[in-house]
Amino acid sequence: MITIALYITIALVTLAALLNLYRLIIGPDAPDRVLALDTLYVNAIALIILLGLVLDSRMYLQAALLIAVMGFVSTVATAKYLKRGSVIE
Amino acid sequence: MTPFAEYAISALLIIGGAFTLIGALGLARLPDFFTRLHGPTKATTLGVGAVMLSSVLYFSITDQGIGISEILITVFLFMTAPVSANMMAKAAMHLGLKTMDNTRGKPWQQ
Repeated sequence: MITIALYITIALVTLAALLNLYRLIIGPDAPDRVLALDTLYVNAIALIILLGLVLDSRMYLQAALLIAVMGFVSTVATAKYLKRGSVIE
Repeated sequence: MTPFAEYAISALLIIGGAFTLIGALGLARLPDFFTRLHGPTKATTLGVGAVMLSSVLYFSITDQGIGISEILITVFLFMTAPVSANMMAKAAMHLGLKTMDNTRGKPWQQ
């Protein structure tokens, strides 16, 4: 039961990542691409958690935590750059 | 594992995957940036939160301890999603991106 639900969820999240990739490629402006990258980070965290559930291991959660922190910092830095022209002023 | 726990974990997994897909659909299909901002920042965050909750349930039911990492990731995502959305909306307002035709009021052009 859990196995079937796990594989269905992996399929749904992978489809979501492909849709984000589509927006990342065609996105007309820079903020669209930043938003698509931010969403890709979140989907990668979900995929890593699902991989940990499939393999019955908790080793990968540290990687997910690292991706969460780095994704937030890079999104804020890119948004600041788009708004002000420099990251740290 | 009891059947009720299995049903709960499976339902949380499916709900999480569905919300993630709905957020990505909103990102891919909506017409302009300011509407597109709504999909990922709300639906995707909720979906990942549901997946994370199912992970917490699974590892605590199979006696591998309650994970601090999952709860930490969830709290961090729920705290940072509105902040990054606000920053991106400010950047888009500064750049003056195109809006839909029936958008009422343009406060950044006054």
